[in-house]
Amino acid sequence: MSSVATVRSQSLDTGLVATLRAHGRTGSLLGVIVLWVVVWAVTRGNMTLEIGGAQVTDAHAWFRTRAAEIEAAASAGTSPVFVATTAIADALDWVVGSLQRLFTVPAFPRPLPQVGWAGILASAAWVSFAVAGLRISLLVVATFLGFGLLGVWEDSVDLLIITNVSVLLAVVVGIPLGIWMAHSKAVSSILTPVLDGMQTMPSFSYLLPVAIMFGIGSAAAVVVIVIYATPPVVRITAHGVSSVSATTLEATSSLGQTRWQRLKNVEIPMARRTIVVGVNQTTMAALAMAVIAGYIDSPGLGQNVLSALQRNQLGNAAVAGLAIVLMAIMLDRTTTAASERPGSVTRSVSSSPLPRRIGLIGSGAATLVAVYLSHVQRALNEFPDRLDLGPSIASAVDDFGDWLRDDLSGLTTSIQQHFTNFLLNPLQDLVANSPWFVTGAAIVAIAFVIGGWRALLSTVVCLAGIYYLDLWNNAMITITSVLVATFAVILLAVVLGIAMGRGEAADRLVRPVLDAAQTVPAFVYLIPILIMFGPNRFTAIVAGVIYAVPPATKLVADGIRGVDPTTVEAARSSGTSRLQMVIKVQLPMAKGSLVLAANQGLLYVLSMVVVGGMVGAGALGADIVTGFRQTSFVGRGLAAAVTVVLVGIMLDRITRYGAQRTLQPASSHSRPRPLQVLWAGRRNQ
Amino acid sequence: MFGPKAGKIIGTADADLTPKQLLRRTGCVAAVRDISFSVVPGEVFAVMGLSGSGKSTLVRCLTRLIEPTAGSVTIDGHNVTKASASALRDLRRNHVSMVFQHFGLLPHRQVIDNVAYGLEIRGVGKVDRRKKAAEIVELVGLAGNETSYPDQLSGGMQQRVGLARALAGDPALLLFDEPFSALDPLIRRDMQNEVIRLQAELRKTMVFVTHDLQEALRLGDRILIMRDGEVVQIGTPAEVVAHPADAYVRDFVSDIPLSHVLTLKYVMREPRPDDSSEGPVMASDTIVGEAARVALGSELVVQVVEDGALVGIVDRDAILRVVVAEESVAV
Repeated sequence: MSSVATVRSQSLDTGLVATLRAHGRTGSLLGVIVLWVVVWAVTRGNMTLEIGGAQVTDAHAWFRTRAAEIEAAASAGTSPVFVATTAIADALDWVVGSLQRLFTVPAFPRPLPQVGWAGILASAAWVSFAVAGLRISLLVVATFLGFGLLGVWEDSVDLLIITNVSVLLAVVVGIPLGIWMAHSKAVSSILTPVLDGMQTMPSFSYLLPVAIMFGIGSAAAVVVIVIYATPPVVRITAHGVSSVSATTLEATSSLGQTRWQRLKNVEIPMARRTIVVGVNQTTMAALAMAVIAGYIDSPGLGQNVLSALQRNQLGNAAVAGLAIVLMAIMLDRTTTAASERPGSVTRSVSSSPLPRRIGLIGSGAATLVAVYLSHVQRALNEFPDRLDLGPSIASAVDDFGDWLRDDLSGLTTSIQQHFTNFLLNPLQDLVANSPWFVTGAAIVAIAFVIGGWRALLSTVVCLAGIYYLDLWNNAMITITSVLVATFAVILLAVVLGIAMGRGEAADRLVRPVLDAAQTVPAFVYLIPILIMFGPNRFTAIVAGVIYAVPPATKLVADGIRGVDPTTVEAARSSGTSRLQMVIKVQLPMAKGSLVLAANQGLLYVLSMVVVGGMVGAGALGADIVTGFRQTSFVGRGLAAAVTVVLVGIMLDRITRYGAQRTLQPASSHSRPRPLQVLWAGRRNQ
Repeated sequence: MFGPKAGKIIGTADADLTPKQLLRRTGCVAAVRDISFSVVPGEVFAVMGLSGSGKSTLVRCLTRLIEPTAGSVTIDGHNVTKASASALRDLRRNHVSMVFQHFGLLPHRQVIDNVAYGLEIRGVGKVDRRKKAAEIVELVGLAGNETSYPDQLSGGMQQRVGLARALAGDPALLLFDEPFSALDPLIRRDMQNEVIRLQAELRKTMVFVTHDLQEALRLGDRILIMRDGEVVQIGTPAEVVAHPADAYVRDFVSDIPLSHVLTLKYVMREPRPDDSSEGPVMASDTIVGEAARVALGSELVVQVVEDGALVGIVDRDAILRVVVAEESVAV
């Protein structure tokens, strides 16, 4: 007991030292900012490196030439790399194309696809019944009917095809990798930074390069989705396998099992639930990316959203968005139910396997009949048009949006304008309108104050890259939005997180909302916000905040909850008030989670702010989108993509090293591993 | 030996350092050092020590669940330390099995399949292994729970499953690593009785690791007491209690009721010519507590014999000193 007490008092002492040091840091930070403002006041507007929207510089031309070379090499088929990418692209295109001819596009010489809506509905119902049970099966049926009613049947099925093909690939690659990581320290130490990189990179920064390598369409879409969606299943599988009880492993090994027997009989069955949680995460990530992949002509609902947004038909975008949300809920519930099922099924099977088996065989036969009928009957092949409620929903949404923006005394518009004029614009003026070397020096100084020498070094390298990519001004505009949004995220996350961490009731109320918010593909958030606020920077910031608040809040809540109850009890017994408890005990002890939340918040916000740029907020996001659309801007788009990655690395390094310095005295062993926590953090108990 | 470059320490002067110096100089810990013992077939050999004394490491070295850095282990004439991977697997499958403190059951398998697991990985067919497992389940008193899952059983019952799993392969040697430490005291007693009963029926050789001296004294034919990875004393329960090797062991045995452990051998005195030869006759390995009723009921002194020859005399005072005053009656 006494040793525990000394350890704790030590950590309190070092905590005090750290607080003092942190206060010193706050002073230096303020100093840097004041100096920055003073210099800005006299030099503003000079040497901001701003370039025109249509301007293409030498650096951009260099990228464009490289892209052209790659395309030429790919079509010539001489370089072995491009022979491989072409082969992969052909194979993926063939798989996706065959599935489409089976389910969604006319299979020549037929005027219709091989299997129609009734067959698909019955098959989906049967599969979900087999893996997840009757209730989930009903949900699946309702969701598919919803696709039909919204008038987006084919696009929904296309999106499912793309998502499922990608998930299958991700899982086939990811589970063995995860197991390997769990078994080998060397593999783990090689793969961890790779996975970190894959997850830190904002998702659309590799859209354009992949599209150039694989050509626009299904194949490139599957590749980007697999890149984005594989890390969770690898990580969570590794986590599941390496947390199999050591005693059980030792006990079964003491009986003389081989390695293969250990894997098959002990590790995989015991990690199965966790692995399926990984599959769930991968599925949700794949869906989110499949929507964004609409930018590179991935078939499915993503394109509906994008083309509607381009034509400013927010109602149509909302209809497609609703279908995506339905799909997200369906996929999430199905995979979650599947992860909760193994135990209960095997147990009930052992007692009475027969009725279930009969049910499966019977409904399987009925499914085959439905598939056949949908093959031969037109009415069962094409989803009936008169049930299409899509257009009426779309126009209702449009009317509502107009009313919101114009008739409601411009409430949302005025919120947006006030925010933009009084907070966003002044800040952006400071960051983007100072001479580039002033802003650069200020950022380097801030990085040094927060994260020390290593942060300074990373920042200098990243800023140099941004400078040479000739998109400095746009990068600074994006950074401003990211900072504003992150500030809001941390504020919200701390308030909500404290409420959740302290009260069981608040947790039960808020957590499902956060879970639901994380289930919805990020891109869909944009639609309602666009409807409310129109296309501008504010919309992108709000979307970023909404996207980043759930994971950040959960991190804070779990941190607060993770504070040793004995310490809380001890503090209460010495008469600590509620406020004191939060400020003096819980927040300091949960500091690690707070820093992690900030780091996560930044990365989430960055990726969303850039997406927001794609739909009207300008800056780097707009540069990337133009790169997709017009060949002459491919170079600038690629440069923008690299710039986004550099901004991401810079922000990540500054906060990460800052976190290490903050946490060092208290617990030097806990090196923050942001994204890992993030992916494992969601309902992963 | 654990730690960086652990393998290089043995054979250098560092090997003779005290544990603290060793840790400071090399960052290594010698969990077990300089221990030599042999276990007689059919014997229960208890290994006793506080946590961190190296006893669990010791027992794991016997089947190389932990690779010993140096030294050798021989079981049934086979050199375990030099065995190939497949020979080692064969040893674990057919000759030696182990019972663990935290059971180590497979949560996704029914009791019967947990018990049969050792047979399964040996390649025994499903029908045969279930039949054999059912017998063992019966033997350890779990009949009726074959289709339960581990999480549906109490701790004591789970450990019976662990015991059954170890017995299912019909090994000659059973290793126990603090098997009952995680159980409630009453259940622990039950399980100890179970081991005593099984030992009477099956006559296995056992190495039984425990941190509970009472348990070691109850179950062990001989006891090895460890501290900091080294042997402090090896002996029968009565020897350990009667002649503690040092202050460490004396401290341990100080709360043990002597009359439950000491045998007459340790309380008798030299026979004198005037001793009556009419009194009760008892073997020298009779435990004092068991001898007390007869000895106290008789007016005459007890004659202690060994192999039919008179070796000593126990009088009422000697018995009372042990039973009532709890005095150690070292001769």
